[in-house]
Amino acid sequence: MITSIKGGEAAIAASHRLLAKRRRGDPAIANLSVGQIREQLSLAVDRVMSEGSLYDPELAALAIKQAEGDLVEAIYLLRAFRTTLTRFGHAEPIDTAAMIVRRRIATTHKDVPGGQLLGPTYDYTHRMLDIALMGEAGHENLSDLTGEREAEDELENTAADADAVASALRRDCGVLARTDLVEPALSEAHGKVADITRAPVMFPSRRDERLQSLARGDEGFLMGLCYSTMRGYGRSHPFIAELRYGDATVVLTVPELDISVGIGAVRLTECQTVHLTSRDDSVPPRYTRGYGLVLGHGERKAISMAMLDRTLRSAELGETVAYPAQDDEFVLSHCDSVAASGLVQHLKLPHYVDFQAELQLLSQMRADYAKRRAEPGFKTADPATITETLGGD
Amino acid sequence: MGIDLAFDDHGVYSFAYLDEMTKRMIRRAILKAVAVPGYQVPFGSREMPLPPGWGTGGLQVTASLLGREDMLKVIDQGADDTTNAISIRRFFARVAGVATTERTGEATVIQTRHRIPERALTEDQIIVFQQPQPEPLRRFIPHEVVARKLHAFAQYGVMYVRLYEDISRLGHVAMSSDYPVIVNGRYLASPSPIPKFDNPKLHRSRALALFGAGRERRIHAIPPFTDVKSLDFVDHPFTVQHFESCCSLCGAQDSYLDEILLDDGGRRAFVCSDTAYCAEQRGERTKS
Repeated sequence: MITSIKGGEAAIAASHRLLAKRRRGDPAIANLSVGQIREQLSLAVDRVMSEGSLYDPELAALAIKQAEGDLVEAIYLLRAFRTTLTRFGHAEPIDTAAMIVRRRIATTHKDVPGGQLLGPTYDYTHRMLDIALMGEAGHENLSDLTGEREAEDELENTAADADAVASALRRDCGVLARTDLVEPALSEAHGKVADITRAPVMFPSRRDERLQSLARGDEGFLMGLCYSTMRGYGRSHPFIAELRYGDATVVLTVPELDISVGIGAVRLTECQTVHLTSRDDSVPPRYTRGYGLVLGHGERKAISMAMLDRTLRSAELGETVAYPAQDDEFVLSHCDSVAASGLVQHLKLPHYVDFQAELQLLSQMRADYAKRRAEPGFKTADPATITETLGGD
Repeated sequence: MGIDLAFDDHGVYSFAYLDEMTKRMIRRAILKAVAVPGYQVPFGSREMPLPPGWGTGGLQVTASLLGREDMLKVIDQGADDTTNAISIRRFFARVAGVATTERTGEATVIQTRHRIPERALTEDQIIVFQQPQPEPLRRFIPHEVVARKLHAFAQYGVMYVRLYEDISRLGHVAMSSDYPVIVNGRYLASPSPIPKFDNPKLHRSRALALFGAGRERRIHAIPPFTDVKSLDFVDHPFTVQHFESCCSLCGAQDSYLDEILLDDGGRRAFVCSDTAYCAEQRGERTKS
């Protein structure tokens, strides 16, 4: 008896109920609250906000909960929500010089104006499982840190100290202040900034389009490309001139009233790299810049972004474009996790019709092959010679 | 951080973190590397509690060398007090319980990133380099298979062509660190990203030099008293960096200097990158 599968609707409903059951897990264990995710899985929340292109820790935490911790799925949830939001204006460029810095390092010099501030980082932890965390979490007394921060906040309110911090940490400090060695940053009067969420990126791309694409690009993909340029597929080893993590104010100018108002603060990671560049003969050898900026605390991503920003300027700076990371079409067309995940997973969709068509093609090809094979003088290529030709050394 | 697993003889981890079989495997690789100076010996690099690229190759070599009597010094960029050096030193103090020192002369094992101490090393010392990329040909030839063939036939023309192109285009070789060397008249090798200032210290050094590349899974070595030649041409001999200034702290004129930015207006000063050497010049006692 031939049966064709029907009843997709019931299957989908059952699948969703199974999801809900698995999401809840063992009912004997306390339900995970969105607040707990927001507070205790903050780096996952940051990644979802960054690649979801929406600064909302609460909703990002909800997305993580809903997606059972699948961050790419959570990013998609947040993007799908973001697209429904009304665009009521464009903020002023964020002034990262005025950032309230929680962490700041410069790697070109041991001592830099403004000082090095290690802040919270896993960099110098030893990666050994901490069995103590298996027990009741939060037994460690951290009240000294809270106290310190309150004291700090008080200090920042006193004008003198605030000025000291502000003057030491300008946008371009440390090696970036060496205007004789480092290319100048583009002025803000650069024209209208693109918006890749409203208009598609056209190739060859502009830098604003590239930076926007990279800012929401998949961390793993960007990091892998960045790694390839460092290992041998593009000779690149820049210096991190400045890496900052902290809070910056978002300022909106209300056109009807012509006043600028601070509408809130976002936590950001900013990375500026310098790359020795000597190919362009119209200017003396110098350092060129790479720039990375991501929402939340995401240093891996910010560094990768800065390096790719620079490799994608290869053509502009007279370098041979030979590697994937230098090719804007390759990088920008494939860096979005929502798009990539969608197409890769579409292979799970039914392809009955397509497969049947290909099957027919295959049988025709096989019939032709049998005919050719029967002819006298039929020769197959020797696989060894093929490899030799492709090897090329 | 509140990380505190038990590290004693009855604990989960072996002396110096790695298990004894792994250490034996690494020691064999080291012996082979010493027997064939400059040749990159593949080894089964392990995951370490520090990230790859932060010195896991050096970490594994050091872990395989250390005995209870050893005195360990760890430097990063020449300094004992840089964060990564502190982290690695604390790691070994914890997992091997070895004594540590900042004094170059006292150490039996020195793990380093990007520098060789100014004070000449002795035959009682081993210097372990953290090496990000052991393959000097990688910058021209991304493919491992091709690079290995060139090493087998000692075909290093591509590197000389690079030198020649630099000289004809710029008048000098545009490589200031990780400057390639020929070890024992045979293998082209990377000295790790030390400034070329340090290259002459490798030539016929009294100390054994071991290079560990964890991510790339290679170990190579320069045994004591081995010829190490920095690549050059007869009419363009190899030269090292020279500094116009001296150290602002100790006045040394023979050391490699770090630039210190005093403000964003361009005021600068220079100090010794080798902090132990600087302290010694000033007659200070460093921590043992």
